[in-house]
Amino acid sequence: MIHNAVPTTWYLILSAILFGLGVAGFIYRRNIITVFMSIELMLNAVNLTFVTFSYELKQVDGHIFSFFVMVVAAAEAAVGLAIILTVFKNRHTLMIDDISSMKY
Amino acid sequence: MTALIFFIFAGIAVFCGVSLVVQKHPIASALSLIGVMGSLAVLYLQLGGEFIAAAQMIVYAGAIMVLFVFVIMLLNAGAEGTSLEGSPFAKYLGIFLLAAFLGLISFIIQAMLPARPGVVFGEWRGGTALEIGRKLFTAYLLPFEVTSVLILIAILGAIVLARKEI
Repeated sequence: MIHNAVPTTWYLILSAILFGLGVAGFIYRRNIITVFMSIELMLNAVNLTFVTFSYELKQVDGHIFSFFVMVVAAAEAAVGLAIILTVFKNRHTLMIDDISSMKY
Repeated sequence: MTALIFFIFAGIAVFCGVSLVVQKHPIASALSLIGVMGSLAVLYLQLGGEFIAAAQMIVYAGAIMVLFVFVIMLLNAGAEGTSLEGSPFAKYLGIFLLAAFLGLISFIIQAMLPARPGVVFGEWRGGTALEIGRKLFTAYLLPFEVTSVLILIAILGAIVLARKEI
């Protein structure tokens, strides 16, 4: 079963599994920082898909897309963590069940 | 050899991903996420993406995760109590449905893509910094410039949000 070449579909299946784990963490976890880390996990899974298809099509464009995803994720992490800091300063909690004033 | 390395690092990635979801403490989740990012960097390297693997380690596993760990330490975030009390029936049904869903996803992905020669390390070497730089500064010049404006806005936003009086 162990060939030298790995089928491209296995990378895509790994990416799907990681994305599903990210969605599960996003829904299941109550800590706002862990929810944020689940989003980063989903972005990573999508990056793996981009790089896999870049290999499949033998073009470098997928790498550039995943590079842009990384840059946007860095900007998002900076702003998001600043928002988390401000929320914690005002509410003194990190549990998303207690921060629900924008819910309805 | 390629398959062996794929299985090792895919296993590490899935294990660390599960660990991210089930760990109670945010620091443990952050370390698991670093494990996922490191093993994904190895897989990028296997797919011929030298530059993107280096950027993954430097930007994701370096900068972003340092920011996360710094905020976790700064806020002194402790272990969370589970507020979702599910029934054991739901837990077992959930595991079964998860396995069924993953099997379905795998089948669909396998069925949708035609059989191609698989990934062999070193077969395609188009992901070097030279190729990416050439493409980035010719075909993707406008998105690159827009991204720089986005970074500037993110810096200003972080400074404004982290001020004292908000």
